[in-house]
Amino acid sequence: MTHRDSNIPELAELGLADKPDGPGAAAFLAAGIGVFVLGLLTTLSEVSSGLGSFLGSFDFGLGVGALAGKSTITVIVWLVSWAGLHAAWKDKDVDIRKMFWWGLWLGIVGVLGTFPPFFELFKG
Amino acid sequence: MELSTRETWTVIHGLVLGTLFLLAFAGGLAGLWSLRPGLITAAGIKERMKRLYWGTWIMAVTAWLTVITGTWIVYPWYRVKLSPVGDNLYAGCEGAIVPGPSCSPRDFLKSNVSGATAEWHGLGMEWKEHIGWAAPILATAAAFLIVYYGPRLIARPWLRAAVITLFVAAFAAAVVAGAFGAFLNKVAPVI
Repeated sequence: MTHRDSNIPELAELGLADKPDGPGAAAFLAAGIGVFVLGLLTTLSEVSSGLGSFLGSFDFGLGVGALAGKSTITVIVWLVSWAGLHAAWKDKDVDIRKMFWWGLWLGIVGVLGTFPPFFELFKG
Repeated sequence: MELSTRETWTVIHGLVLGTLFLLAFAGGLAGLWSLRPGLITAAGIKERMKRLYWGTWIMAVTAWLTVITGTWIVYPWYRVKLSPVGDNLYAGCEGAIVPGPSCSPRDFLKSNVSGATAEWHGLGMEWKEHIGWAAPILATAAAFLIVYYGPRLIARPWLRAAVITLFVAAFAAAVVAGAFGAFLNKVAPVI
């Protein structure tokens, strides 16, 4: 599969090699996963005080509270999922549109999970 | 003219890094928007892409520095419990018109001692502290995509629009966090 449009003269002049869409798709999907996990942890920590305490244990006594765990786990899951997807798809042509939409929907659900009027519905 | 340590960190977190983020976003968006066929020569593309790469990575790094300083330096000062005396959670805030040594900004807002302020914490701070973390994740993904595809985005309008969507989403998350941060610092400053 080629992604270049040879009818664009200024690009033809640059002589760019074609690139597979796998790494791009991985970036879109992993970003969605990251934001989804952020929202999920935010909402779940309202449901379970035990989880809230566990997330708070990530703050090394600095007084950050549960946000320390939510943000740390989110970043780890995002990086690990990105690295895994990137490694799996780096030479492949994955359907990037599909992964963009998956990432977008995951991100929208994640943002909803961070919205106080929503997560307070689940307050334990 | 002097700033306390806490004021200095809130300035670094909100004003210095926030301004850099805004500048990098504006430049990045303009650069991305103009990646269209027929608008730039091959030499122009080369020159512009370098600036775009720098701008988008500066935006991503700035977003990381903003959430890290906000969460690990400024936020503990905001949320520390100073006011409880016995069963009265907000005893230290009685009569306060701003937060102080016995009344942290969170205590101050939740106590409603200076008007109806509790929602500034319940909605404003609670959303800001979480949504802010979406900004660096989205900005980093956008910066990666811009560098990975480079000028190839010119030939792929749909992909360019998708990257712009990601880029703008990073900005939107930062705007929610930044705007609430500015208001919160007016109502209950970290001093």
